[in-house]
Amino acid sequence: MKVLVAVKRVVDYNVRIRVKSDGTGVDKDNVVMSMNPFDENSLEEAMQMKEADVASEVIAVSIGDEKSEDTLRSAFAMGADRAILIKTDVELEPLAIAKLLAKVVEQESPQVAILGKQAIDDDSNQTGQMLSAMLGWSQGTFASNAEHVDGAINLTRETDAGLETIKITLPAVITTDLRLNTPRLPKLPAIMKAKKKPIETHEADSFGIDLAPRLEVVSVAAPAERAAGIIVANAAELVEKLKEAEAL
Amino acid sequence: MSILVVAEHDNASLISGTLSTLAAAKIIGGDITVLVAGENAGSVVTEAQALEGVSKVLVADNAALADGLAENIGNLVSSIAGNYSHVLTPASNFGKNFMPRVAAKLDVMQVSDIVEVVSADTFVRPIYAGNALMTVKSNDTVKLITVRSTAFDAVEATGGSAAVEDLAFSDVFAGSSFISRDVTLSERPELGTAKIVVSGGRGVGSKENFAVIEGLAEKLNAAVGASRAAVDLGYAPNDCQVGQTGKVVAPEIYFAIAISGAIQHQAGMSESKIIVAINKDADAPIFNIADYGIVGDLFDVVPELMEVL
Ligand SMILES: Cc1cc2nc3c(=O)[nH]c(=O)nc-3n(C[C@H](O)[C@H](O)[C@H](O)COP(=O)(O)OP(=O)(O)OC[C@H]3O[C@@H](n4cnc5c(N)ncnc54)[C@H](O)[C@@H]3O)c2cc1C
Repeated sequence: MKVLVAVKRVVDYNVRIRVKSDGTGVDKDNVVMSMNPFDENSLEEAMQMKEADVASEVIAVSIGDEKSEDTLRSAFAMGADRAILIKTDVELEPLAIAKLLAKVVEQESPQVAILGKQAIDDDSNQTGQMLSAMLGWSQGTFASNAEHVDGAINLTRETDAGLETIKITLPAVITTDLRLNTPRLPKLPAIMKAKKKPIETHEADSFGIDLAPRLEVVSVAAPAERAAGIIVANAAELVEKLKEAEAL
Repeated sequence: MSILVVAEHDNASLISGTLSTLAAAKIIGGDITVLVAGENAGSVVTEAQALEGVSKVLVADNAALADGLAENIGNLVSSIAGNYSHVLTPASNFGKNFMPRVAAKLDVMQVSDIVEVVSADTFVRPIYAGNALMTVKSNDTVKLITVRSTAFDAVEATGGSAAVEDLAFSDVFAGSSFISRDVTLSERPELGTAKIVVSGGRGVGSKENFAVIEGLAEKLNAAVGASRAAVDLGYAPNDCQVGQTGKVVAPEIYFAIAISGAIQHQAGMSESKIIVAINKDADAPIFNIADYGIVGDLFDVVPELMEVL
């Protein structure tokens, strides 16, 4: 079976972002970009499925501008068999992304699509669930463990109360949590080879989907900054301060 | 305007985020209906009826709705969402799991994790782990919204006397079934709503040592939290994780003990009223946002604290 993995190029998680002074967005000039961390977990999961002979082919898909090729090269380096870039110069919302991914699913007929539970830039946590609903596939979100058994997956999910296990039959959409696995570090020869692999490119507007944003961004602002407080000498002084502040 | 609030509950009682979600609904303004989808959730229905500001409680009772399976809750909500101007639910694991499905079915772009209602169609939501706040206007006819509980004060649990109406459900999705739940049992207050949270990080060193954190939490009648590193290392269960990809908390006092203060951790606790940091590294970023800091070894400081409390 084929496995489709969606990968997104985002501002690296170590970067402390800055809001543009005109309030239109976040400054992305000259900041380090990398693959959304959850997508590395998605790829790792797909690779493990391949190594366990559950999957035969791993296809990485990215939707974004030309530079998303870098992200797809990272996917190749981790072991993806093929890479598809859906090119767009505008930022698309999760709804539009899910619609495009549904089209790719239609063309490629995978049995499993793996997405990160959220992208660390927009933090929407929507795309996987939308894709699952559009396709009418089973949904397993926030996965911290996945066991493949006869056309189904016993999927353990991280919930607010602990863990829960559900059984989902294929085809299915999985969204990954960070504790699902430890993404492999690509080896140098794989990174070199990845540079030469072909990337299939399609224009986003060639799919006949309405990609226009539904949400109008009114403004983007920096949150109120928290001022640093004081260093106290010891526990007794701390308790005194907390009592003064009427917190205790 | 007519607003549907999808209640989060465990078939026995409402989960507190539902009350904060109602607070957001009240700010939007309009007639508020609460949907209780579950199985044998009579006590939840009674609770929902009594909530301040609710005019109707819809009850869908079906075994397929008992465990919050997203496909079934999503199908149910999709079937009635078109009757409302807004559908709201907590931005919890429950809400995040089903609401985007409704959005896909209705061809609506959901607004996730709002922290402020500017007007009936304009909302503020954090992006980039809370390092930016985006104000968005939704032009969809039905607005689908998940609400960050810590950003809205819960409505009163009493005072209402809403009418109850049954809602039929038969659109069961065959592909998914619930198997088991492994719930972390704790005598401590709930992390999301506790007045005081005591969190431990990687520096705690082991699961055994985490008892020090639990001891302080017990003394303060506080909830226990943890950094991702502490959860990854097995010192604390996953539901204790505070941060961008864990829970968001905003207690009166947040103790960050042996936690460096990575942006991803700050995303989950920076709205706390008072932040106390205990860390042996004077340069740890957590001190930049802490109101009170103690530079020192937790194994000295916490026992001292236990003594003077
Ligand atoms: C996509 C993504 C999402 C993430 N989401 C989250 C999230 O939701 N929540 C989260 O917390 N993290 C998250 N992280 C991880 C985050 O980046 C940090 O790695 C993590 O928060 C570090 O945890 P820590 O502070 O416990 O450990 P460290 O950064 O290792 O800090 C340990 C601290 O303990 C101190 N210390 C050590 N021993 C002692 C002692 N005896 N006494 C006192 N102090 C001591 C050290 O000085 C140090 O400051 C995420 C990362 C990524 C990439």
